[in-house]
Amino acid sequence: MDNMTHKEYQEYVKKKVPKPPYLKNSIRAFITGGIICLIGQIIRNFLFRFGLGEKEVATGTSIILVFIGSLLTGLGIYDKIGKFGGAGAVIPITGFANSIVATAMEHKREGYIFGVAAKMFTIAGPVLVYGIGGSVVVGLLYIIFFSGR
Amino acid sequence: MDYLIAFLVGGLICVIGQIILDTTSLTPAHIIVTFLIIGIILGAIGAYEPVVKFAEAGATVPILGFGYTLSKGAIEGAKAKGVLGAFAGGLERTAGAIAAVILFGYIMSVISYPRSKK
Amino acid sequence: MATKRIGIQTLRLENPPSIIGTASIVGPKEGEGPLGSYFDLILDDDTWGQKSFEKAEARMQEEAIKLAITNAKLSIKDIHFLIAGDLLNQIISSSYTARQIGIPYFGLYGACSTMSESLCLGSMLIDGGFADKVVCATSSHFSSAERQFRFPLEYGAQRKYTSQWTVTGAGATVLSSTGNGPYITYLTPGKIQDYGIKDANNMGAAMAPAAFDTIIQHFKDTGYTPDDYDLIITGDLGLIGRRIVVDLLEKEGYSISDKFSDCGIKIFDGVQQDTHAGGSGCACSAVVFNSYIYKEMIKGNINRVLLISTGALHSPISTLQGESIPGIAHAVTIDNLSS
Repeated sequence: MDNMTHKEYQEYVKKKVPKPPYLKNSIRAFITGGIICLIGQIIRNFLFRFGLGEKEVATGTSIILVFIGSLLTGLGIYDKIGKFGGAGAVIPITGFANSIVATAMEHKREGYIFGVAAKMFTIAGPVLVYGIGGSVVVGLLYIIFFSGR
Repeated sequence: MDYLIAFLVGGLICVIGQIILDTTSLTPAHIIVTFLIIGIILGAIGAYEPVVKFAEAGATVPILGFGYTLSKGAIEGAKAKGVLGAFAGGLERTAGAIAAVILFGYIMSVISYPRSKK
Repeated sequence: MATKRIGIQTLRLENPPSIIGTASIVGPKEGEGPLGSYFDLILDDDTWGQKSFEKAEARMQEEAIKLAITNAKLSIKDIHFLIAGDLLNQIISSSYTARQIGIPYFGLYGACSTMSESLCLGSMLIDGGFADKVVCATSSHFSSAERQFRFPLEYGAQRKYTSQWTVTGAGATVLSSTGNGPYITYLTPGKIQDYGIKDANNMGAAMAPAAFDTIIQHFKDTGYTPDDYDLIITGDLGLIGRRIVVDLLEKEGYSISDKFSDCGIKIFDGVQQDTHAGGSGCACSAVVFNSYIYKEMIKGNINRVLLISTGALHSPISTLQGESIPGIAHAVTIDNLSS
């Protein structure tokens, strides 16, 4: 052991670590993510029946999916879906809702200001930072390259 | 048919995320941010638009679609109102979902407690 | 003149302290595990009627200490020192427990190595003539540790295959200058070993070099061989860490796999209970030692044990900053014979 370098040990550890069941995990992610998108499609088609426009339907679908994700988190079900589905539960917008709701609930005991409200975005905050920040960059680049204003 | 396509395309996007999760040491938070940024870029260069047209919810429900909506909103804002629109456009289009997540998150934290895992 | 030192880093206790009482309290999942029948108290509800998981953990530690003292047929005022630690920031579980117990208190942070660390220090206090009765205790709680080191409970993330499950429980040991055993005869406090493992989801691999180093040093210093022990048991290396230590020891010519075990592997049924690489946490070695090991020694089924609690001394901040995980392991020899 004394003559083993850090690098050699790390390589050695890699050999000792069991491989995750890639296929099983991928199939589960596929089914879970697929079903959530299918539900999204059902909501979408349903909303179109009210004669709403594309933008309104898109926003409405997101809000309903966020509600479903939040509710399942509050009921203690979404973590089980996540355990089964892995990325299939993380990547849909319901996963974004889950990351915010789970964190908010977790910090309830630390109070509603510094607990719930302040800690709500510890996992999902980066999504807002990179999402909103990135969108502004895209908008500005568009102006620079495609419009004279 | 649109249901099947949404299922397949949404499922495939998640499989890509799962493979990254299993083969790297990235956390789910890293995956979400990466997918979001990819969505913004694909949206900006117009590459995601056809996927959305084809798969509808299969493309918009994954976080890639959130990124696409953000950049599409920013570009539309920029077209209509210039610099001010570039700043506000992305957020305007996604404001409903963001407001919903804040409100529902708060309500859930009031009415529910986290449970221990078994 | 340090007359009780032997070899490079081992201490031989001239008047070996006796273990005169132990207690273990565990959560429901641990109670359903293979060692369920050994524990003193199994909770139905891991919040134990408290408002937070942190409070539940402190209550478990407090009740374990009181129960151990009762089992030793003593009362709190007979105890000279409390030595305790836990995983939470600023070791709040132990300090709030010590507030309730009301005797002189040393707080330790040794992460999951706390049980054998506290036994080392408690034994030294007794053998040094500074105390007659000492309580060593530690606790951990899955839900309080999870939120501090990993993710919120309701967050839908998959656990990695190398990750371990923090044991919900508390264990306490009463050491005495007099008694009928089992006795603590040798101590080998460990050095930090850090081979650059940065993955906080693979703590077994991060701690394995420390366990290996302490075990080897213990054999060299004491002259014991694996044959002298009935059981050599590490704290919470889990499946991957255990595999590494067995392999490394074999390369050095020590074949111990038949009597080598790990508390983190023993406490859960990894397949049935879906705990991936095994149990971890301060309570892991604490509840296994204070229930299974102690009771089997009292029965005479095992007579000499080397307990090596292992600790991963990282923090959530050091992990985010990309620092590697310092590992530690302290070894304690527990023997039914005093010499």
